[in-house]
Amino acid sequence: MSDEKLVSPGFVGRRRTANAELPPGQYLTEDFPVLSAGPTPRVQREEWEFALTAETGEVRKWNWAQFRALPAVPISTDIHCVTRWSKLNTTWEGVSIDTLLEDVQTSAGFAMAHSYGGYTTNLPLADLRNGKAWIAFRYDGAELAPEHGGPARLLVPHLYLWKSAKWVNGITLMLKDAPGFWESLGYNNYGDPWREQRYWGE
Amino acid sequence: MSSRSYCDGNAAAGELRDIFAVDITAAAGQCAACGMIGALAQGHLYAFEPGIVVRCAVCEHPLVRLVKGPGRAWLDLRGLVYLQLEVPSGQNS
Amino acid sequence: MARSRRRQHVDVRLRASDGYTAVRSYSIANAAHGDRVELTVEQVADGEVSPYLVHTLSPGDPLEIRGPLGGWFVWRPVSLEPVQLVAGGSGIVPLMAMIRTRAQTHLHAPFRLIYSVRTLEATIYSAELQQRAAEDDGLSVAYVYTRATPPGWPRAAQRIDAALIAENALPAKENPACFVCGPTAFVEAVAEFLGEAGYDSSRIKTERFGPSGGTS
Repeated sequence: MSDEKLVSPGFVGRRRTANAELPPGQYLTEDFPVLSAGPTPRVQREEWEFALTAETGEVRKWNWAQFRALPAVPISTDIHCVTRWSKLNTTWEGVSIDTLLEDVQTSAGFAMAHSYGGYTTNLPLADLRNGKAWIAFRYDGAELAPEHGGPARLLVPHLYLWKSAKWVNGITLMLKDAPGFWESLGYNNYGDPWREQRYWGE
Repeated sequence: MSSRSYCDGNAAAGELRDIFAVDITAAAGQCAACGMIGALAQGHLYAFEPGIVVRCAVCEHPLVRLVKGPGRAWLDLRGLVYLQLEVPSGQNS
Repeated sequence: MARSRRRQHVDVRLRASDGYTAVRSYSIANAAHGDRVELTVEQVADGEVSPYLVHTLSPGDPLEIRGPLGGWFVWRPVSLEPVQLVAGGSGIVPLMAMIRTRAQTHLHAPFRLIYSVRTLEATIYSAELQQRAAEDDGLSVAYVYTRATPPGWPRAAQRIDAALIAENALPAKENPACFVCGPTAFVEAVAEFLGEAGYDSSRIKTERFGPSGGTS
């Protein structure tokens, strides 16, 4: 295949702006594309459960009522998807991971997020702490829709959005790092959009 | 229960053709999770560039996962017990 | 004789001057490929690629395509076994390629088409279908109008259902090869009707167009 990139005369595509504030290789979008690695799980809030599992095996669980009784905060942030779209000033409401980790004794350095449907993604625990990550249940002033990860999703906006696991149902703390669904097949293990870490070896 | 966010596995033919010399979407494969046998073209394709997943139409187990990066691609076929391919016989019939 | 290499679609990639790209798959509408690929494109409301192809692309403009691809949803003219085609909207395109292939190769397997469209005006290939059906006893076409019927049409507008299939399709006992193409919801409904009516599900091939607008 030729290396020369063929430009389609007159093609513009979806409204987007080149924006110096965006990470490299990203385009600004006004909508919120729905992308998934699998079918949208339909989870009723009455059956929803979130489990935080320490490396010792100790488990803390919250059902929906217990989860919603935790202190929640508003979040306003930019999000960056590895498929190249970025959306600025998105607004959410969620429970900080710091809240969930209160009183948890751990010497783990790593975490794996799990979702209904089997998706997984791994992160350093440090990237979930200190106000950098939430379990979000509202987006843009309304309940988080299933196609965007509702009832609740992980939100870690400083990393590419594949790390913000939709339909999250647990986090497991790990002493050793292990790759999740995409990280095991070529996606960068960390995923910093500002260093454009999309693939292995970047 | 199913979402409509997938296409037919047929639509993965382009991405897979860059990797394989034969069209594997027409190949019959057996799902390693539920044992169902069918063409990859019947599977449910979820495109999440740079990655794609073709899932079993019956149990949604990932049959094929493919990630394409610059100059490299990663392929996971563990979701298939086998793929039955038709290949040219090499002689005029 | 060379092995048949019929392929069903191409991937079209558009690239803007800043490098932004969008890719969509389109079914090949013509019979023999040779050097020429014919695509029939219906503009999707709020689409990204189809408006460009329908309104902007001009004769002589370059277009990047990958393919032809996909050997599964194709009809190969190798036998006289009957074929049942069911199209929803622009799902008619790959089925038209089969009808054109049949005419070109003179292999007159019995072909029946059920074509579900919103209105008479939304029907693609209407004149060609009418001519082909008139010229050939082995090809018949039945229309289902889902929003507005033509003047004098004997029934009200309705979506395809089991009764319409029973009325218009080749009987299940003839064991036709079935090809169903269109939007996902349409294809899944028709496949279910066919299965429940006793058609052999191993002989039903489906091509679902998926959510409109694609995924990127």
